[in-house]
Amino acid sequence: MNDDRKTIGSGGKPGRGNHATSPSVAARSLAGAGTAKKPVARPKKVAEPAKPTAKKAAPAKKAAPKKAATPPTEPQKPRLRAVTDEDAAAAAAAAAEEAARRTRTAGAAPQPAGIPLDEIVVAVIQAAQRVLGTDWESRAATLLATVRKRLSGDYEIDEFGFDPEIAEVLSAAIEPIAEKWFRLEVRGIENIPEEGGALLVANHSGTVPLDGLITGYAVKKYAGRNLRPLGADLVFSLPVVGQVARKVGATLACQEDAERLLTTGELAGVWPEGFKGIGKPFAERYKLQRFGRGGFVSSAMRAQVPIVPVSIVGAEEIYPLVGNVPSLARLLGLPYLPITPFFPLLGPLGLVPLPSKWIIEFGEPVRTDAYEPEAADDPMLLFNVTDQVRETIQQTLYKLLVDRGNAFF
Amino acid sequence: MSRVILVTGVAGSFASLVARRLADLGEDAGIDKVVGIDTILPDADLGGVKFVRADVRTPVIGKVIAVEDVDTVVHLDVNPPQRGRASGKELNVIGTMQLLAACQRSTTVGKLVLGSSAAVYGSSSRDPAMFSESLLARSGVRSGFPKDIVEVESYVRGFARRRPDVIITTIRAAQVLHADIDTPLRNYFSNPVLPSVLGFDPRLQFLALDDALEIFSQAVLHDRPGTFNAAGDGIVLLSQAARRLGRPLLPLPPFGFAAAARRFVRAMGSDIPPDLHRLLTYGRALDTSALRDIFGYDLTRTSEQTLDDFRQSIRPGILTALGGRA
Repeated sequence: MNDDRKTIGSGGKPGRGNHATSPSVAARSLAGAGTAKKPVARPKKVAEPAKPTAKKAAPAKKAAPKKAATPPTEPQKPRLRAVTDEDAAAAAAAAAEEAARRTRTAGAAPQPAGIPLDEIVVAVIQAAQRVLGTDWESRAATLLATVRKRLSGDYEIDEFGFDPEIAEVLSAAIEPIAEKWFRLEVRGIENIPEEGGALLVANHSGTVPLDGLITGYAVKKYAGRNLRPLGADLVFSLPVVGQVARKVGATLACQEDAERLLTTGELAGVWPEGFKGIGKPFAERYKLQRFGRGGFVSSAMRAQVPIVPVSIVGAEEIYPLVGNVPSLARLLGLPYLPITPFFPLLGPLGLVPLPSKWIIEFGEPVRTDAYEPEAADDPMLLFNVTDQVRETIQQTLYKLLVDRGNAFF
Repeated sequence: MSRVILVTGVAGSFASLVARRLADLGEDAGIDKVVGIDTILPDADLGGVKFVRADVRTPVIGKVIAVEDVDTVVHLDVNPPQRGRASGKELNVIGTMQLLAACQRSTTVGKLVLGSSAAVYGSSSRDPAMFSESLLARSGVRSGFPKDIVEVESYVRGFARRRPDVIITTIRAAQVLHADIDTPLRNYFSNPVLPSVLGFDPRLQFLALDDALEIFSQAVLHDRPGTFNAAGDGIVLLSQAARRLGRPLLPLPPFGFAAAARRFVRAMGSDIPPDLHRLLTYGRALDTSALRDIFGYDLTRTSEQTLDDFRQSIRPGILTALGGRA
């Protein structure tokens, strides 16, 4: 606040205005009456928020349609110039012109307050053009048709409950988070087979299993395939979470489901560390925990599909787990109850993941078709292959950590 | 060879249709006589079926088998308890015990077809996506009808051990969805508003009536020992089914859903069994490859088509205009 004469802790008298973000009552009435009081000219004014602009655009529009033929902004121009910056004036003029062209009478009725309807229509159309591109009309029609199909239940889902349309929506929603917030870098995408089954095995971290979502997004975006994650049963017993998980392609991590997915040529993803991985303290970051019991190797061997080791760097830093409340977690039936530097200290704000830099590397596939499917019953072989995959991921993690440098910048 | 077939529970809507169909096949298929028994008089016209009013819970059943020289027993109408009928547990479990005891004593019985239910797999969050016949229930069979059906199947397995010469076919069928067949899901979907569990969208499967009848007739006519799942291919989510039927879902909190939903459905003049809530929470899907490959029956209708047939035979839902399906 640059007004240092104001009493501390008070915003001054109501309607006084603060010269910076909102004009005073007097200034507003003057502007409405036609002669604007020019606020103190500061360079800051250019970035002034839209509120005053919108207020002053309204009278301009009120007057415009009455002299529809003439350029509507001409008489107002000096006034508008006086109170708003160039951009706002141009926008208001364009909006008024468009409105006058579209609805001859809409502006004639005096609008005492609020935004006129025609302006909303124009804004919607412009927004549609901006969001959907110039062929927005056909695209909006497609969108409506999709909504209609969804509402009538006319869509296909597979036996696992996977709904490709919802997966598309989720992928689009994650894109900005992955690319802008986490600055995701994907390596070795060519190691994902273009067709046929494969088992992606990844390290698990981050308190909340966001790495599964981001890996799914990376596979869809860069390899053009749907990743079918295998999740713990806790996921499917939680309301909403379980429902959404099934719709975006997840299913229970059990032998039957893994083999069913792999033999039908799907790309399944497992995080063998499970809750041990995501619930480990921040101090143990990037140290792989126990890698399941080798179940994923036996599934891949039975289905004769390659195992792709996936190393994910960056997920450890999103919610640094510095504490745990085991007793409360037990009470709630959860594997752990996380305490991070910002949660629960900052409440919901603490749920915002920290913007760490992410690298996902898809490693060279471990082939299992050299073994007989019966080899899946040989525990020693399973442990060896499990260790091989685990070591590959661990070494890649160290390498990627060096490559990434600072976790956040 | 002429055969005499005993069908239990013929007062039930599905069992009466099976009995009727077997009777209609008649001499051409080598069926001499079809005897139907139940404790109450059937509503439906049984055609050529000989009806015997007897209680499967009493040893009378043994006399019926002996007098009629029954060689094939089709044990049907193992159903969830309903309002207005004697307690389901008695009928289902004790009835099966008596029936099996009579079969074991009989020298003529050579085949048993059990109309089991997919409820034997239970329903929980730990379920695999698809149940095949070799899998066991993970959870959700500790009470109510699923517990009954698990017990019924275990008695039948015991019977199979004691009488290895009898051919036993167990059909684990998903619920038949048809306007005339009284099943819990039909009653549920007939309501104008469908109570659902908040935050859960179960995967459901339905069996078409024609498919179900055909499977049971084939099991009687041919020798198909073993256990087979029967359900329409594909799955339908509850939300999807509700939209197709044009009926709004009413999400209720999971805690106390069973009681609330039942009360709500009763207020709408219908009834659902208390253990349906597990199915409405977690859903269940069956793998029917054994039915196709070993039993040798290709299902004609998918779950989706069955639902569509059902939709056309009931009153349109109140949201039908919104969905655009007449």
